[in-house]
This record gives sequence, C-alpha cells and structure tokens, in this order.
Amino acid sequence: MSKPRLVLVGNGMAGVRTLEELLKLAPELYDITVFGAEPHPNYNRILLSPVLAGEQTIEQIILNPLEWYAEHGITLHLGKAVTQIDRVKRVVRTADGIEAPYDRLLLATGSLPFILPVPGKELQGVIAYRDIADTETMIEAAKTHKHAVVIGGGLLGLEAANGLKLRGMDVTVVHIMPWLMERQLDEVAGKLLQKSLEDRGLKFLIGAQTQALLGNEAGRVRAVQFKDGTEIPADLVVMAAGIRPNTALAESAGIHCNRGIVVSDTLQTVTDPRIYAVGECAAHRGIAYGLVAPLFEQAKVAANHLARFGIGRYTGSQVSTKLKVTGIDLFSAGNFMGGEGCEDIVLSDPFSGVYKRLVVKGDQLVGACLYGDTVDGAWYFKLLREGRKVSDIRDKLMFGESALGDAGHQGQSKAMLMADSDEVCGCNGVCKGTIVKAIKDKGLFTLEDVRKHTKASASCGSCTGLVEQILMFTVGGDFSSAPKKKAMCGCTDASHQEVRDAIREQHLLSIPEVMSRLGWRTPAGCSSCRPALNYYLISTWPHEAKDDPQSRFINERSHANIQKDGTYSVVPRMWGGETSAAELRRIADVVDKYRIPTVKVTGGQRIDLLGVKKEDLQAVWRDLAMPSGHAYAKALRTVKTCVGSEWCRFGTQDSTTMGKMLERATWRMYAPHKVKFAVSGCPRNCAEAGIKDVGIIGVDSGWEMYVAGNGGIKTEVAQFLVKLKTQEEVLEYTGAFIQLYREEGWYLERTVHYVARVGMDYVKRRILDDAEGRKALWERLQFALQGEPDPWVEFDKAQVDTRQFIPLVPIPPTEATQGEPA
Amino acid sequence: MNAPAPHVIWTAVCAVADIPALGARRVRRPDGIDIAVFRAEADRIYALLDRCPHKGGPLSQGIVLGDAVACPLHNWTIRLEDGHAREPDKGCTPSFAVKVEDGQVWLRSDQLLAPLAEIAAAHCPGASCAD
Repeated sequence: MSKPRLVLVGNGMAGVRTLEELLKLAPELYDITVFGAEPHPNYNRILLSPVLAGEQTIEQIILNPLEWYAEHGITLHLGKAVTQIDRVKRVVRTADGIEAPYDRLLLATGSLPFILPVPGKELQGVIAYRDIADTETMIEAAKTHKHAVVIGGGLLGLEAANGLKLRGMDVTVVHIMPWLMERQLDEVAGKLLQKSLEDRGLKFLIGAQTQALLGNEAGRVRAVQFKDGTEIPADLVVMAAGIRPNTALAESAGIHCNRGIVVSDTLQTVTDPRIYAVGECAAHRGIAYGLVAPLFEQAKVAANHLARFGIGRYTGSQVSTKLKVTGIDLFSAGNFMGGEGCEDIVLSDPFSGVYKRLVVKGDQLVGACLYGDTVDGAWYFKLLREGRKVSDIRDKLMFGESALGDAGHQGQSKAMLMADSDEVCGCNGVCKGTIVKAIKDKGLFTLEDVRKHTKASASCGSCTGLVEQILMFTVGGDFSSAPKKKAMCGCTDASHQEVRDAIREQHLLSIPEVMSRLGWRTPAGCSSCRPALNYYLISTWPHEAKDDPQSRFINERSHANIQKDGTYSVVPRMWGGETSAAELRRIADVVDKYRIPTVKVTGGQRIDLLGVKKEDLQAVWRDLAMPSGHAYAKALRTVKTCVGSEWCRFGTQDSTTMGKMLERATWRMYAPHKVKFAVSGCPRNCAEAGIKDVGIIGVDSGWEMYVAGNGGIKTEVAQFLVKLKTQEEVLEYTGAFIQLYREEGWYLERTVHYVARVGMDYVKRRILDDAEGRKALWERLQFALQGEPDPWVEFDKAQVDTRQFIPLVPIPPTEATQGEPA
Repeated sequence: MNAPAPHVIWTAVCAVADIPALGARRVRRPDGIDIAVFRAEADRIYALLDRCPHKGGPLSQGIVLGDAVACPLHNWTIRLEDGHAREPDKGCTPSFAVKVEDGQVWLRSDQLLAPLAEIAAAHCPGASCAD
C-alpha cells in the first residue's frame, strides 16, 4: 500500500518546523511534498535583521539546507507558488501547472507586508521588508543610494532602519502613531527608544502621514510627500507598516478565514479537517501570531495530530518582544499598558536611560515593559507565563531575580555585560561565546536545544537564567523559553502535575500503565522520567505500587554513591550525628580491611568512606553493622544536631535527643529530592537549622520550626512556620510537612522550590489551620514507612539485586578443547 | 558489527536470566576494562566496552532505555547497538559481538582476550573514538 501524501504549502519556519516534529514522531508515515514561493531552502527569518546590519550572512541563517530535504525523501519545489487548491480532487496546483495530490494538506503561507495604498507605491525602489530578496535589495541600494525612508516605526521598521543606517544610508523613519513601537512599548519607553536611536543618527517624523511617493523620469522613487505638503528625499522606501496573514490561497479554496485561516486547537482548519494551518497565516482563537515561539508550539501540536498520535492541544501563547538592534535593550510582555484593575510599579531613571514598568493585577504579574535594563526580562516573563502569585515578593519585584538571591553563581546576572570568554556554566565550563556561536550556527531556539548542544545549564541548573538571557539576546524577541505548561521530559507532553494527578485519580500502579495511559512517545521512557514515575508511584500508593529498581539511578540501585572513577562511597547512619567508640572502631577496621583510600567527615556530621570497590560493598555494610545513611538517595539524609542542654551551658533544649527522635521516625523515607533536617538547642543555632528542609530551634519555652531552607546551589534561608511546645508536636508537624512535600512535590524539586511554587500560605493552611489534615498526613507518613527495609541489611525486601556486586568471569576455551558450540 | 569471521570461538558468559531485565552485568576482561552486557527491551542482548566515551563512566551502571543506556556519570546516552553517543554528543565506545542460544549469552573469545588498543582500533575506525 502506498503511503498517504502530505503536502506543505509554504517553505518557511512554521511549516518546516512542523515537518521536523512530524519526522521525529513518525519518520516513515507520509510521502511529503513541499512548495516554497522563495527560491531558498528554509531559513531563519528572524535573523534577516542581523544580515541587513552586516552581522551575519545569508548562508549562516539557513536552517534546513537542500540536503536535509533529500535526506528525508521530501520532494521540494522551490520558487513555485501554489495558486490553487482543489478540495474535491484533493490536489494543489502551481501557476505553471505542477500538481501534487494530497491526503493531508498543511498551509503555512505566512504573511504579507501591508503596502500603503498611496500613489507611487509601485515605483522602483519601493519595497517591503519580508524576505531574503527584500534584504538583498536593501543591501544593494545602500551601496549606490543615499536617502532611505522607512515607513513604520514598529519592530520590523526600526530593525530595517538600523541596518540601513549601519550600511551608510541617511535614514528617516516615518511613523504615524504618537510613539515608536506602540504595540510593544508604553509612551515613556517609546520616547526613550527614539532618543537613543536619534543619538545613533536616525531621524524620525512622528505623527507624519504619507500622502504619495514621487518618482523621477526613470521610474525610481525620489521623494516622500506628506499630508501637509512637505517632502523629503528618498531613493529607497521600505514599507514596514505591518503584516497581514496571507490567506488568499485558502480563501480561494473556500476555507473560512477571518484575519487569518481559522483553525481549531488541533490546528485543523474549521472548514476542512484534512487541511491544517500553522504559523502567521493561521488565526487561532482570533489571534494570528507573528513571533516564532508560538509558531513552534503550534508546529508541535499539528505534527502530533498529523502523526496520528492525536494528543495535545494548542491553547494559545504568551508572547514577549525584544528588539534586535545591537546595544539597545528593551523588552515587553503581556499587558504592559495596564488598565482597569491593574496597578503599575514604575522605576524611571532618565539620566541612566533606565525605565521599568511592571503591571500587577490582583496578586499576579500581568505585564512588563523594560527599557535600558532588561536582565530580568526572562524572569518576569516566566512569572507572567506561569501565573505565579507575586504578593509575597512584591516589594522586591522591581529589583529583579537577583534581589531574591536567585541570580546564579558568582553573582553574574547581566548576560549582556559578559565577555565572550566569561564562563556561564561553571559545571561544564561553557563560555558565553560558545553558547552564542551554537545558537547562531545551529539555529537553536529553546533552552532545551542549548543544553543539548553546549551542556550549558545542563548539570546543576543554577545558570539557567543566564543561559535564557543569552538565548533571548541572541535570537531576539521571538524567543520563548517554554510553553506555559512544561512537559515532564521529551517522552511526553504531560507535566509533572498531570502525571501525579493521573496516578492518584486513576489509581495507576506501574510505570508501563502510566506510560500507556498518558501516551508516552518512547517505549521505555528516559533517565529523567523513569525515576520520577517510580517515585510518584511508590509515594502515592505505598505498599501497593511496586518499586522498580531498574528505574532508579545507579546510586539508589547499589545503595552507595558512584564516584568519578566508578568506585563508590559509603556513609553509614549516625543517629543525630552521635557515635561511639565501638562504631568508630568498626569503621577503622573496615577501612583497613578493604583498603579504603579516603575517610572524610561530612558536613552532615557523618563519616564518608570513599573509593570502595563495588564488589566490596556488601561486605563493607556487613562489617560496619550500621544502618544505611541514605547519602546516595532522594531520601532523608542527615539530621544535624548540636549537643544541646545535656552538655552546653547555653542549651535550652535537648536537641540531640530531639534530632535522634526525628531521624528514627523518618529515615528510609524516599522523597522528591534529598531531605535534610537539623535541630539546635538554642537560638545560637550551631546546627545551622536555618538552611535545612526542616530546621528546629530550641528556645526556653519550646521549639521553633522553620521550613524550606537550602544550603546548596542557591542558599535559601528557611522560613518560620510555627512555635511548638513538645517533642511529640515537633514530630507530628515535621512529619506532616514532609509528607505534604512527598505527596505534592515534583521529582527533583527541593522543599524550597516546592514551597515557592505552592506558597507559604498554602503550607500554613494545610499544616497549621487544619489539625485533622495534619494528623492524617503524619499518619500517612508512618504508614508508608511501616516495614520499610534497611537496604544494607534486608536485600530481598529492599529489592537489592545482589548480582550487580559480582562481576562475571568467563573462562575462554582454549583452541585445543573447543570448537564452535552447537 | 559485521558477520563474524569463520572459525570464531565463542565463550559462554551467563544465562540471559542472569542479567536483570532492563539492566546489565559486568564481564571481566583480562586486559582491565570490563565488558558491559545489557539486557534491553524484549530480551535483546548487547555488549559494549564498560567505558563511556565522554569521561569513562561505567555504562553497566546506567539506566537502560529501550536500546540505549544513560551513563551514570553525566547522563550521556549511548546506543547499545553500536556504542555511538546520541546526537548532538559525539563519540563512541567499542561494541562486541553477542550470540544468544538457548537462553545462554556468548561473547567472542578473541574479543574477550584482545588488548584494549586493538579493540578500539578495530571497532571505532576513524577519529571518533579518540574524541
């Protein structure tokens, strides 16, 4: 049987991206034919401005070279515009008679520039700014002519004007609206922008209305005339007064259009379900998007349906804007103009040329307009997209992410100010220049792409914000870090929350069940989703869902920490950091017997034995005769304590006993990430309880409980939750809080991030206001831990596959004794 | 891996059931670096040198995904069939011929005994292995 045929009309970024997504999902499903009106393979249209400005060449912005089409068996017709769709016979035709039958048709015809209906618009030297041909015309004109007039002071017009100026022309921008980029900037920012562009030598006629373009005898434009009769000289006129979705072809085929080809959430046209439309030509819920991020989100959904997976809906995008004029920083997103029910937070410093306006509605950030200092653009955009409540950080909001102590390592937060040789990612040693080069050379658009290609921010993740900024500055306003909802990993479109909900609501008990119910794309998942699914299953259905050791990272399978040379480290549990002569003697004997090279005291008041051979692990555990310290697991690690009132002359409470009680009550407890507690016996807080997931501080009248601290990548001080009287209360409240986190946290989310996501108010409601709920949480934790084995002792019960400790030693047969086995 | 040369001698290593499903076992080689024998989806068995092309991590300790393994050190994904790193990472680790008969896993005796340098040269021609 022959394959179904897919025809793509429009060889641009949206259409070809859809093909790429489709080929990833179903590489052999269709015979694919592509028609492109331009004589070029798919290129990165948003980088035309750097080409015009002379910062890049056309070759550098090609995204899919001709070989790509050949490699995937795609029939490509370049320089051929489709002029007819016959929906009855299911065939498309070009003007010169090429026909292509289709079973599925994808329209990605993009948009057309709006040409002002003024006399003289057909003169030579009057062009739009849309494609490679226009760009080349401008570059040529700049070589031989002097005066350029750009009509339209929007994003595209200003980028054109800047490029022409850099190429040596005398440029005037004519803008009919009261300030520049009025759709992306408010008046203050628009005026600031005009001033800095004027400083660069551009001229502006604001509010001027073009009446006619005047030509010379040769038929070339020579001047622009305005309503008031004045004229300015012009050898080149660039119309950049907006774009219109290119719907002529669709309309001629009777497909319903209304400011774009009207499509559903599956990107199918409402008229004909065999026909899909993506990109600037498509009107989704009344909006035709002109930026690349939404187009890519659409491409993903359309490809999914074309591949017959039938999952995923496109529900619209939030967009942000960034001007690609080197040296000018502006950023806007959302409803930056404010309005009824909105409040503005404004910072204005005309002397340094900085202006920031944040629009807050209720307790959410709904818009941002930044000029001069846009380092926090990516962060504001994230807050906006995720709809996070900002009431708790409102006073610091204006001062950006760094004001929250969240700015990445070394306090580097200003990507623009960094030199190419400055290190961005300290884990993988990636410099700014490397990232910029990868983005430009390889045509990367997403954080995920940058991580894959450069490894920047792929390890600890603390430089993610910085990498996002570099991405934003390099690809400009068309960048978006992620869709509103973040998929768990590349294997699925489902988010962590959706997976957790599905497991609970549908009572799912195994990984294959989750994968089939939620439409996983990969047969066996990946190293991100499998450990997460395993944790969600066993934490949601303790004693019901079966742990799957093969879906755990090696450390949790071998119950020791793998080191860079393939050996392991072993950390036995020392309750509350207290030990004894007998334990220390056994540890010393083990170190001698197994020739363990390094013995190290850890920050968590325990002892780490480093360089243990895997073959020795079982014997080391046996000889130590101490419980597993779980230093290798997403589980309760240490409970750090000070000596407390038993010895300390300042101690007010017996912190060591309290710590040991807590540790015995919660050890063997797996969690979304590692969990650390500390108990101090007085407010001097020698156990550093302020940077632990739960920190308990003894005071004369009882115990203060702090939660969601973190001493790791970004130091976060724990927040006060409650003051308690008794040890029993400390156990109950700590257990309840940590069980809440176990039930609701996303895999690899520390308590600090969990609390930031759900809000401290929510935690207080669940733990403080709801006494019954708190007791129930504490009981559920105790239930989950009932009979939980120590993996260093009860191998069978803990499903430790002991075969892993014994290497296979085959005996190769000698020539004399052996032939080929039968 | 091409068809084995004539008169190949095979060595029994273990039973398929001795390898955890979606897991691996290490097979000792006299030359030093082990061979990792993997049991992938549907009991397909593969053998790679137990050394990630990135920083030498023991692949036998990684998570097995379909027909690939994620290195335990830095999460590179290595194809089980030919030892190549998944794009955009570059590099490969030598792969070994495997025969499964009656639930028994066999490796080629000559490959088990060969010195490391010889294996690398024979199985990863070109510069990719040196990366």
